Amino acid sequence: MDSFVNKFKKSTSTWRDQDMIVNFDVTKEFSLPTFDIPPCHNPIEFLKSHTDENSNPECRIKFKHGTTTLAFKYQGGIIVAVDSRATSGSTIATQNIKKVIEINPYLLGTMAGGAADCTFWERELGRRCRLYELRNKERISVTAASKLLGNIVYSFKGMGLSMGTMVVGWDKTGPKIFYVDADGTRMKGDLFSVGSGSTFAYGVLGSGYDHDLSDNDAAELGRRAVYHAAHRDAASGGNIHVYHVKQTGWEFLGIRNFDDLHWEYQDQPKPSIIGDVQPMMLNIQE
Amino acid sequence: MEFLLGITGKDFVLTVSDTAAIRSIVVFKNNDDKSLDLNKHVVMLYSGNPGDTTHFAEYIQRNVKLYEIKNGIELTPKATATFTRRELATSLRSRKPYNVNLLIAGYDVTTSLPHLYWIDYLGTNATLPYAAHGYGAYYTLSILDKYHRPDISLDEAKAIVKKCIEELKTRFLFNLSGFKVKVTDKDGIREIEI
Repeated sequence: MDSFVNKFKKSTSTWRDQDMIVNFDVTKEFSLPTFDIPPCHNPIEFLKSHTDENSNPECRIKFKHGTTTLAFKYQGGIIVAVDSRATSGSTIATQNIKKVIEINPYLLGTMAGGAADCTFWERELGRRCRLYELRNKERISVTAASKLLGNIVYSFKGMGLSMGTMVVGWDKTGPKIFYVDADGTRMKGDLFSVGSGSTFAYGVLGSGYDHDLSDNDAAELGRRAVYHAAHRDAASGGNIHVYHVKQTGWEFLGIRNFDDLHWEYQDQPKPSIIGDVQPMMLNIQE
Repeated sequence: MEFLLGITGKDFVLTVSDTAAIRSIVVFKNNDDKSLDLNKHVVMLYSGNPGDTTHFAEYIQRNVKLYEIKNGIELTPKATATFTRRELATSLRSRKPYNVNLLIAGYDVTTSLPHLYWIDYLGTNATLPYAAHGYGAYYTLSILDKYHRPDISLDEAKAIVKKCIEELKTRFLFNLSGFKVKVTDKDGIREIEI
């Protein structure tokens, strides 16, 4: 307890001395965290034998996997919609996970793949973005933020990180979506869907998308795409979270329970496909 | 599944790359540019391991730039290719090698000659009149063997590329989305429609 108190005594005294700036060690603040690696010949293979369910069903560490996340640009900004189920092996670990990580009021990150990897690195990204802001007196661009994450992730390539994320936000140049994954891939785009349910979401999104959609219609399209993905994909479900990113920052549009939505949609007539064909082509162009 | 192609002509190099960005069974993007301008007269096309490709390409691009700033001269295509090959060969013998295949196309302003270098992830560097990477090579190299001459004109080269793309569209099982075609000559690098 004493050491605990002393620790705080000390830090307040340095604060009073106003030598905080001297104490700010750039190399320390910007260096990557280091982790203990299994002390064996090939740590990566060792890790795989304990985490990869395909090669070893008895593995002790089961990653939280399985997701549907999506983000798309439209006239009014960006819509981000995600499900909230986390599965660990064949069990549902929780129905209430937050897969959108609020990096700062203008930046969002989505989470697919390993839950721990995504939360940890996107929070680290948030810290770096804040430091950038303090040092440059200017908000970080989405391009730069996604590159920070991309570079971090790339430096751990082959070490078993598992993440497929979208870094989404609004900066000086307007709305931007970047896809960043554990391979180190980073790409800009207008419409992405990531996770095991992504193919289902793409289907609904692609056939209903229009750049000129109204805010409500766009949010509904995103919600609907995740709903259909959650319906077909066993690893997606729970609740559907929707965010709207606009010039003034992101806004949370609310949570809808998947089951409630299901009965709601069930009662609605199916949209007619002939009379009301939307003049839409799959637009994955920039 | 990626496809890269380069053809040298009388006073230019024509380069083609497919534009599909694919992860497992999903096409994420159909306008992905798989090339990077290293300087005014040298362009590099890359394919291979998803993360490695862009990181390696940007690494080379910046080092070429650094050399130019330090020494005040533009690297020739040959020098660029030699440097890049060396970097790949060094990386191959490290703990984590880059898995990247490249085409380096450039116009040498000192000799007024076009150059094309075929480099693979093992550090092979071959100077060729026309070259391709990926499955597409199996369909297109025979067409090039038949039609290519060293003194070919730009229009002829474009016609050959058209033939190659046509062949890929009919015989290749996979839809490559689209193709980005670039010309490198004495005026620099520019994208053209085919």
